[in-house]
This record gives sequence, C-alpha cells and structure tokens, in this order.
Amino acid sequence: MKTRRFLGKLTAGLVAASLLSLPAYAAPKKDFKLAWSIYVGWMPWQYAADQGIVKKWADKYGIKIEVVQFNDYVESINQYTAGAFDAVTVTNMDALSIPAAGGVDTTAVIVGDFSNGNDAVILKGKDKLADIKGQKVNLVEYSVSHYLLTRALESVKLTEKKDVSVVSTSDADMVAAWSTADVTAVVTWNPLVAEILATPGAKKVFDSSQIPGEIIDLTVANTDVLKDNPAFGKALAGIWYETMALMSADTPAGVAARTAMGKASGTDLAGFEAQLKATRMFYKPADALGFVRGAEPKATMQKVAGFLFDHGLLGNGAPSAEAVGIEFPGGVTYGNAKFVKLRFTDTYMAAAADGKL
Amino acid sequence: MRLINKRPDRTSWMLLAALPFLAVLIAYALGSAVRLAENPADKLLPGLTAFADAIDRMAFTADKRTGDVLLWLDTGASLARLAVGIAIAAAGGLLVGLSAGLLPYVRATLSPFVTVVSMVPPLAVLPILFIMVGLGEASKITLIVVGVLPCLIRDLMLKIDDLPRQQLIKAQTLGANSWTIAIRVVLPQILPRLIDSIRLNLGPAWLFLISAEAIASESGLGYRIFLVRRYLAMDVILPYVAWITLLCFLMDLGLRVLQRRAFPWFEEARAGA
Repeated sequence: MKTRRFLGKLTAGLVAASLLSLPAYAAPKKDFKLAWSIYVGWMPWQYAADQGIVKKWADKYGIKIEVVQFNDYVESINQYTAGAFDAVTVTNMDALSIPAAGGVDTTAVIVGDFSNGNDAVILKGKDKLADIKGQKVNLVEYSVSHYLLTRALESVKLTEKKDVSVVSTSDADMVAAWSTADVTAVVTWNPLVAEILATPGAKKVFDSSQIPGEIIDLTVANTDVLKDNPAFGKALAGIWYETMALMSADTPAGVAARTAMGKASGTDLAGFEAQLKATRMFYKPADALGFVRGAEPKATMQKVAGFLFDHGLLGNGAPSAEAVGIEFPGGVTYGNAKFVKLRFTDTYMAAAADGKL
Repeated sequence: MRLINKRPDRTSWMLLAALPFLAVLIAYALGSAVRLAENPADKLLPGLTAFADAIDRMAFTADKRTGDVLLWLDTGASLARLAVGIAIAAAGGLLVGLSAGLLPYVRATLSPFVTVVSMVPPLAVLPILFIMVGLGEASKITLIVVGVLPCLIRDLMLKIDDLPRQQLIKAQTLGANSWTIAIRVVLPQILPRLIDSIRLNLGPAWLFLISAEAIASESGLGYRIFLVRRYLAMDVILPYVAWITLLCFLMDLGLRVLQRRAFPWFEEARAGA
C-alpha cells in the first residue's frame, strides 16, 4: 500500500519534472540565467555580479541577468544543456561534446582565455615525460586533462592505448590520491596543480603552455536565445569587458578586484596572480578578436573533435569526427554543415572592441 | 463493507500492481516525445530507440578503443567487488557476532566499540580510506566491509539474544561445552538469520560500491554511470540503473532461495517466533 502511494507520488513528480524541464522556448524574453563554476578564467562573473556591473548592463538593455554559481562544473553544463540556463561558462572541448553533441545549438559569445600552463602532467620522482610509459595515470576521464594527456603522449610518440592506463579519479580527491603510494602520475588543473607541485617528489613534465591556445575557456549561450534576444549577448560582452578592464588595471581598484576573485576561489592575491600567469587572458576585446578570427581555433577544434570521436563522445553512432558541425567567424565551417551546433562568433566581441555596446 | 476488508481479486491485484509502472513509462514517453520534437538530439529524455542503440553498444558490441564489451566488463568488476566485500563482511560478522553474542567477556570488550563504529557514516571516512589503503580494489572492498560489517555484527548479536534461553540451559544439562553449544545449537539457527541480514544490507552495499567507484576506478557499473554523466548520456545511465536494480533483485531472490533450500525449517520457525 505504502509503496503504491509512493510510486503514485513519484509518477506525479516525474510528470511535473518532465513538463517543467521543457527546453526554454526561444522567444523574446526579459529574464536570463548564466551558470558559472569556480575557475581562474571565470571568476570575473562573480565579481561583476557582486559589484553591480551585471545589473548596470542588464538595466541598460532593459533585461534581468541572474548569475548562478555551481560547485560542480559538469552539473552546470548539464543544466545548461537541459535548458534550465541560457548561458554557461565552459571549455571549448566540453562545449562541443555536451551541449553541441546533444543538439543544443551553442554560440561562444566570449572567448575569455586559454590555458597557458594551468593544466599539467605531473610525475612522482621522474622528471621526463617519456617515463610515463607503463604507468597508471590518474585524471578526470574525458576532461581537458585527458585531452592534455593525449597531446602530451603524442609529443613523445606514445599512445594512450598501448603505453599507459587511465584511472578516472574525481578532481575533489586528486590531491588526496596523490599522497598515496600507488598513485605515481596525475594530470589535473590549477589550483590542484600548484598544491600537488608543492609536495616533495612532484615533477611537472608537461603543461598546457606546450599546446598554447588548445584549451579555451568560453562563455557560451544558447544560439536560439541569442537570435531572439541579441541584447542578452551584448549585455554579456559589456559586463565582461568592463570587468576585464577593471581586473587587469594596475590600480588599487585592480588589486582589490584580483584580491576578491582570489578569495572567492579559495586562495589569496598571490595565489590568484600565479594562476593568472598560467592563463592567457584576453583582457581586451581586440586580443580575443585576433585569436578567434585566426586559423588557430579551427585547427584546435579539429584536434578536439578527433579526440572526442576516438573516445566515442560525439553522440550515438557518430559516423566520424565531423559529425557535429562547427562554425567560425566569416562563415567558415568544419564538419557536418547540416548539423552546425557550435558557433564561434566575433559579433559581440567586435561590438565591444568598436565601442558599439 | 469497510474499506479495510475490501480485497482486490487476483486479476485486479496484478493490474493495480502494474499501474504505477505503466504510469511512469507513459510519463516518460510523453516527456521524451515533447523534448525530442523540440530537439531531435536531446540527451535528457532519449527515446526508446536511443535506449536500444545504447544497450546494443554497451552490452553486445566490443568497445572500439579497448575491445571489451563494456556492460559485461563493468558488471564483472562490480559483482566481484561486491561479492568479496559481502563475503568478508558475512564471515567477519558471523565470527564476531557469534562470539560476542555467546561469550560475555567478548561482548564486554567489543559490543560498545562495534556500536560506536556502526554509527560512523562510511562515506564520511572515504577520503581517509583512500589515503590508508590506496585507490585500488582494496579501498572499494574495504568501504563495503566497513559499511556492512558493524550492522551484521549488531544484528547477529540481537538475534542470538532472541534465541530461547531454555535451549542453552538444556544443552548445558545434556553436558555440552561452550564450543559444542556454539557450533551445534547456535550456529545452525543463526545462519538463516545471517542470510536475512545480508539481504537487508544489499542496498547499502551497492550504495557504498557505487560511491567508491565514482571516485576512482577503471571499470564498474558505478564508474560508468559517473563517467558518462559528464556527457549527460541518459541513454546509457537509465539502462545501467535498470540493470543494477535487476541484479540487486536477483541477488535478493537468490539469497531467499538459498535460505529456503538450506534451512527449510526456518520459515516455520520465523512464523512461530
């Protein structure tokens, strides 16, 4: 009896949930939600929200933007993909494999930075990358760490399949895992890299500065939402570059901004600035434009798509690495032109550069 | 006629039982159809064909990267961990439960300790376990044992207390020593109750297994679910959940059958008690 009543409630709950979770119907609207998670390149969002910069730009365009922090990066992307959020902070690789491969047409409104040393391969007691051969490597499987490992192995003519075995390890437990005897090789990101390198015997043998421009941190938004509400994209760019100008300034206000962001990410000014050093921030819209209009993103996305396809992450029965189409500024596309689901655009950053926001 | 005395006949009983399952299926199909109409590549509520594809890919096709058939690889790894963990917990539970239940000195020494240990939430000590026994198989098995063993011990001690005192007195008047009483009087009566206890602890054991696999692993049912969660691959996750439920149900059924075959007298004893 009890069970049946419970199942009844469960059914009601499921019906309600499936109705509530309908994809956000694209149409002109006033309220927008951005999901972000803690990472050096995304801390500006929280700071902008705290300082009223978000409200200032939203008011200018007559809209409301809610900035929501997620403790779990993957969950924030999943929520965006499910339609609960209009925008999310994500890396180029995860943008392709989660929302885009899931059919949610996604546009990179802001190309914020690329990792320039923030992600690293670390060995215990060995100082050559080639020594990784035959070891078990702990990393968050299918993440940018996994991609970095693949690229690192390529550079010394090793392959993931033959020469190492990957042990999927939660990032939350990476530092604890490193302190156990049977973990001898890890691939992870900052601030974990800094923490692990501070232990005796830890040697960094490869990092993302050796593949510059390949791990890109983006702020993306739903393409349909943007199409119907261009003001949302403009407001995002306005907020972003005002915050960038503030945090890169060599003024007391700039120091205050960096200190606040450092604190919010669990470190201090020095720790945060060390992470910024390993991140190529595009503080000026013109820098980001130069990057996104160049040939580099296309070459990178081709490698990333290849990696995702090799690991079966481009969706069910994807016939090739070109299953999901990717568009670049100037109408250049890679992959399936009939299924373009990830778009790099220069529209909003160009408007910021030209002062047309 | 009062409501509490109205009973459905056999057919309507079965219909009623099927109703909630049907309702869930229909709710799912509706939600899925609506989302798929909007976006044919939707990952959140995939359609039935997507499930068929995913099951075919996971259960009947070798993975192109490793050459293993993933579902069976995962099932094998998880069941092996579960079996070893439960076997150790059962053996330990029987040994400690029996001696603490029968010997007052052992009880005085161990009972308060076991009570306190059983209150420690096993998942809270997981980070400590990882550091102590490493990330390999040992930590996953240890977590199951740590989670299940204290409950088994406490349960068996209570079950021994429930045995009629007269039996022990009678055995003593017939000249049995402590060892004989333990082996010939208490053990046979405790074994079927141990099976009951294990059945009740299957759920927690799975919970601990999946938690441990989610954190660091190379294979296993929990590992796969948390891995493809990164890609919102509901077409893989939901069949895996159904498969785990089925495995759990079969294990429960197996233990029940074992209990009935090995201790045919027990059903009556339990009804009588």
